[in-house]
Amino acid sequence: MAVFPRRRQAIVIATVVGLALSATACGDGDDSDSGSNGSSAECSAFEKYNGNDGKKVKIYASIRDTEADLLEQSWKQFSDCTGIEIDYEGSGEFEAQLQVLVDGGNAPDIAFIPQPGLLGTFAKAGKLKPAPADTKASAEANYPADWLKYGTVDGTFYGAPLGSNVKSFVWYSPKTFQEKGYTIPKTWDELMTLSNKIADGGEKPWCAGIESGDATGWPATDWLEDLMLRTQTPETYDQWVTHQIPFNDPKVADALNKAGEILKNEKFVNGGFGGVKSISTTAFQEGGLPILENKCALHRQASFYANQWPQGTKVAEDGDVFAFYFPAVDPTKGEPVLAAGEFTAAFADRPEVQAVQNYLATPEYANSRAKLGNWVSGSRGADINNFANPIDKLSVQILQDQSKVLRFDGSDLMPSAVGAGTLWKGMVEWINGKDTASVLSGVESSWK
Amino acid sequence: MEFADISPKLTVLVYGLVAFAVIVGGLLLLLDVVPTYFARRRERLLIAVAAGDAPAPPPGRLQKPREFGYAIFFLLPVVVLVLIGLVVPVIRTLLLSLKSGDGSEWVGLDNYGWMFSNGDILGVLWNSLLWVVLVPLVATSVGLLYAVMVDKARLESVAKSLIFLPMAISFVGASIIWRFVYAYRGEEQDQIGLLNQIIVWLGGTPQQWLLESPLNTLLLIVVMVWIQAGFAMVILSAAIKAIPGDIVEAARLDGVTAWQMFWRITLPSIRPAMIVVIVAITVATMKIFDIVRTMTNGNYDTNVIALEMYNQAFRYQETGQGSALAVFLFILVIPIVFFQIRNLRRQREG
Repeated sequence: MAVFPRRRQAIVIATVVGLALSATACGDGDDSDSGSNGSSAECSAFEKYNGNDGKKVKIYASIRDTEADLLEQSWKQFSDCTGIEIDYEGSGEFEAQLQVLVDGGNAPDIAFIPQPGLLGTFAKAGKLKPAPADTKASAEANYPADWLKYGTVDGTFYGAPLGSNVKSFVWYSPKTFQEKGYTIPKTWDELMTLSNKIADGGEKPWCAGIESGDATGWPATDWLEDLMLRTQTPETYDQWVTHQIPFNDPKVADALNKAGEILKNEKFVNGGFGGVKSISTTAFQEGGLPILENKCALHRQASFYANQWPQGTKVAEDGDVFAFYFPAVDPTKGEPVLAAGEFTAAFADRPEVQAVQNYLATPEYANSRAKLGNWVSGSRGADINNFANPIDKLSVQILQDQSKVLRFDGSDLMPSAVGAGTLWKGMVEWINGKDTASVLSGVESSWK
Repeated sequence: MEFADISPKLTVLVYGLVAFAVIVGGLLLLLDVVPTYFARRRERLLIAVAAGDAPAPPPGRLQKPREFGYAIFFLLPVVVLVLIGLVVPVIRTLLLSLKSGDGSEWVGLDNYGWMFSNGDILGVLWNSLLWVVLVPLVATSVGLLYAVMVDKARLESVAKSLIFLPMAISFVGASIIWRFVYAYRGEEQDQIGLLNQIIVWLGGTPQQWLLESPLNTLLLIVVMVWIQAGFAMVILSAAIKAIPGDIVEAARLDGVTAWQMFWRITLPSIRPAMIVVIVAITVATMKIFDIVRTMTNGNYDTNVIALEMYNQAFRYQETGQGSALAVFLFILVIPIVFFQIRNLRRQREG
């Protein structure tokens, strides 16, 4: 074995020590901006959160990119004033990864969970901490009791709502409608008449896309839920999502077949992309874009689709695109609204975590986030004038409207194995040609 | 991204490099310093003995414990890591496969029963079988043919680099490339997928390739073959070049045709290399996950064992069923590994 000459050994040792010293030097750089600067007047609103200077709170959610930037901006002032450092991480694999993190003992302090079913799973496993009293009070003061039920498990309240979105929208181009003299349909029959009219003119009236990577199939579940709400009573909907009626109940089959009147109708879909089967390979982000090229007229999608239009598109009632309420079958029986949102659930109950939770549940936070744009909240304390975007304004109006029947997205309420698993796959198979009965039976057999 | 965002990561990187240098450098230093120290001590002792100052040590007593000590010193970290990272998880997965979905109660062999009676899962198993049979065969054949054809040709190294290039990209990168190749747009629109564009130029109608089963599985297999053929070619090419020149010359003198040369001389001579290649590609194919997940996410009947196992355990939270699939995959790989070990032993002896 060769013996290292002394000089080479010395060089090696010197390099290692040099690297170690420079690492220490670089490493010290990122601890210098903690500590509150919170004695100015604008921080007086955050006084009750004081006492947690220099602490860190880790938040994990599925919101990424520009929306995540807006989130971080929305609590910047809170963070600066109270000295609590909020470490936010967004992930495209949120549902799968959160389970792994919690199982591995590495749970985040707070998670924005969009599925009450998933929240329930963690609550029943004893991983969540009940919401602090202030959060509960804020939530009770600002949201309808129905909404709070979704964050409550076995009588204990765990998660206050954060953001929301309205899903019962059909996107269209006001300019095209004006040019061609179409009127906004107010009932399901009017919607079908309009679709037939456009189809008879030689074009495909509807476009849709359900591809979404790991979550491919989820937009089709929204169709199913919207149709369930419109063909059945809200009570039946509640029974469906809690498995009190089987998934392949004739009522559910009726709803799915009604959705198929549009989605599986070769005359109606898929404008701008091809035939029915192209729906499953078209990304949901691109699903409505043919509206801008006049290749399709109608696209059923949630309010957050506003973020998918290219830069410069005017999203307004008199602009390039806008959305109208997805009509009920019989408006006299009530106008159901399918909505969704995130819930702030905590895995820790340290004082700084509770401070952040309390803050996020307040109307002050809702307004602060609303002012940054591209956000919808169902909080009664949110001032509608803070929502600049017309579609956000419309959504908030609908959410704050006490006369509408509000129901949460069904697949988010079901256990994640079904709602974020077999149902998504079932919908893909359904679009790809499988019949309604087999698809629903398949999902039913997976719901234990 | 600003520098402030990545500087913590750079710091961690430097820490990692320092730790690596310290540990590996330290080990190397020890390897160097400790034996020389003991060797020098022995020398001094022997000199002292020769000078008559000290009694002679009994011969051979110093060597054995030292070598055993070295062996333990280097093997111990490896053994510990293999225990923690391999043996314990295997045992845990085995136990999990005998429990229910949330790991709370024992269900015996129910999960295995589910695996073989559930139509969807049987489809998954058939797909995996298709992959495991086709990929090693086709990839090795393509690699072999290519190696034979470019052997001693002009531009040999360029040709070899071309087929080897796909190995440089990740499976996910390759999947995204081929997803675009198979992409579909409606008839009236411009095609963005290479395959559909070629079909359109030839006068046909574009198809949604990834939707038609079982064609879509075959198209996914093409991607894997594209990646692995380079690996097969490189190893087989080296083996072909290692065939002793006299055998080839003797065969030429006997007047063989190219076909006979291939079947009777080349193939038997490179048999050990072929086995290595086929075994390696088979094991890699059994684990296939990225290609299926990136291109179709397991939809349209393209699902394979590794992807289904991930879905069951992490997305559907059915750890029992996912573990049963994992154990099944493990059992399938064992015979291949045994075969490979036996082969290596035989080669070493022979």
